[in-house]
Amino acid sequence: MSDAPRQTQATTPAPAAGRAGMKKELPERFKSYKHVWVFIEYEHGHIHPVSLELLGEGRKLADKLQVELAGVLIGGDAAELTEAAHACFEHGADLAYRVADPVLTHYRNEPYTKALTDLVNTYKPEIVLLGATTLGRDLAGSVATTLLTGLTADCTELAIDDERSLAATRPTFGGSLLCTIHTLNFRPQMATVRPRVMAMPLAIPGREGRIVDHALDMSELDVITKVLQFIPDRHTQKAQLAYADVVVAGGLGLKSAENFQLVKDLAAVLGAEYGGSRPLVQKGWITADRQIGQTGKTIRPKLYIAAGISGAIQHRVGVEGADMIIAINTDAKAPIFDFAQIGIVANAVELLPVLTAAFRRRLSVHRLAS
Amino acid sequence: MHIVVCIKQVPDSAQIRVHPVHNTIMRQGVPTIINPYDLFALEAALALRDRQGGAVTVLCMGPPMAEDSLRKALTFGADRAVLLTDRYFAGSDTLATSFALASAIAKIGETFDPVDIVFTGKQTIDGDTAQVGPGIAKRLDLNQLTYVSRIAGLDLETREITVERRAEGGVQVLKTALPVLVTMLEGTNEIRRGSLADALRAARAEITTWNAADAGITDLLKCGLRGSPTVVKKVFAPTPRAEKAALIETEGKSGAQLADALIAAILDRNPALDADLRRLSAGF
Repeated sequence: MSDAPRQTQATTPAPAAGRAGMKKELPERFKSYKHVWVFIEYEHGHIHPVSLELLGEGRKLADKLQVELAGVLIGGDAAELTEAAHACFEHGADLAYRVADPVLTHYRNEPYTKALTDLVNTYKPEIVLLGATTLGRDLAGSVATTLLTGLTADCTELAIDDERSLAATRPTFGGSLLCTIHTLNFRPQMATVRPRVMAMPLAIPGREGRIVDHALDMSELDVITKVLQFIPDRHTQKAQLAYADVVVAGGLGLKSAENFQLVKDLAAVLGAEYGGSRPLVQKGWITADRQIGQTGKTIRPKLYIAAGISGAIQHRVGVEGADMIIAINTDAKAPIFDFAQIGIVANAVELLPVLTAAFRRRLSVHRLAS
Repeated sequence: MHIVVCIKQVPDSAQIRVHPVHNTIMRQGVPTIINPYDLFALEAALALRDRQGGAVTVLCMGPPMAEDSLRKALTFGADRAVLLTDRYFAGSDTLATSFALASAIAKIGETFDPVDIVFTGKQTIDGDTAQVGPGIAKRLDLNQLTYVSRIAGLDLETREITVERRAEGGVQVLKTALPVLVTMLEGTNEIRRGSLADALRAARAEITTWNAADAGITDLLKCGLRGSPTVVKKVFAPTPRAEKAALIETEGKSGAQLADALIAAILDRNPALDADLRRLSAGF
């Protein structure tokens, strides 16, 4: 549970001897905890890609520890979960734990917390990874508190140290620093990772694994919270930023809310998604679901065009996974030029319309030819 | 109806500076604010109280100076403020924080009125974990409603609450029973301007200040660093990338020439993008 900027860090820390967490010896009751688990977010008939990304990462951890990798499937329909289990095997899992019960048809905190907590207490994994989605964060906090173990949020790097402990690295203080966090004396070691932070592993078609069933042991009458309705997002409206191949974004260098239209125009011509830096959300130029950066969306597009964005660390950590970053900024000293591949020192407000026109010419010519 | 709103005093993160040599946070002189996400929680609580009666208690765990944030919350119209402060809380991770806050909320319920709803922001801007809310809910056995975008209904007779919750791929409409913990999504309301009367009251108000013992905490091993299963082993600055961006020469070029030069540079670096762009621009 690593809220790294801790409550009162300014005060003198307690002496190391008093820090129970710093002792190296793992208590006896946790020594049998073994294997790496990934909670598989399965809803409305599909697996959230972040779960498969985590299987890729979990595979590396399991190989390093020489243990097994398991996917944890919780849902309403056993047959659907079997299919999902096969997707897990193809993405690196050796086995899948399956809890299928009609009570689990839609995500609700209470029964899902029970399902995952019971599984952990029964099969004792040493590491449990979840996607840092609204579902994953809702669930992870409850499960870790029930188990009284450590949970590190929004990790950007996971590794195994020399003592077989999980070293979870995450940005802190708005991304200005990174910190590496360990859960030394408790098991399982839990961590969440945001979508697109880890690369999607290659699927190995036909790769097999085994399914272990576990009963929920809870009836609908036991669950107080009811889902009255689910209103799906209209895809035309919802920002699909995290998984877009091409993203165009704007920052304060655009000077006005009206000028943000220039970003949208270029995105429309490219068939791209658009977004912006955090100050634009604070100014109300764009909605929060369009924010790119550490506290917004992490993106990994093939092409990212940043117009009028200075490139503060908080933005940088959200876009570093892009294959190619293009920076347009009037300030040649802006930090964005330190991590972009191609830069133009120019006024985005002037360059964007010409760039849009140039792309439109090029792409429409191609369209006519094909 | 009694509502508790948990707030955190955070450094105004836009102004955080990192020491260039020691990689430590330079806190001196950094202004503090109420965690912006918590203001959505506070406004939701005040609106409920205005509509359906009752009282709003704000709770903050932090150093003595966090009193400023509580006083600020009183100017917005909160009825009561409790500061939870003790050196034993130093170094708390989210598990230890949720233990301390949950203990204080239980004590608030005993001392004043039983608590029906606990509100928090969806996360803080310094920790960004979103874990403390669920932690409090679990410890107090409250029904948990995270990422709430709207309180659609609250029936104090039947003690039922209906909310809209931001879920993956859509909005869940959930109904559950009080007592509940609600974490509010950003952008769902706007904090009111406090009245002059509230400002005057806030200036004079006595802030209830509790240490661990006052909050009914007897097991100090569950507090602060001792009560934190996670350990920060290393803090470091991100490594700068060795190479800088290849700059496109702007001297003497027209806008159109610049645009063409940029497109050429992009496709030169990754020729395969041409096909991607054609596919995407055609709407596939």
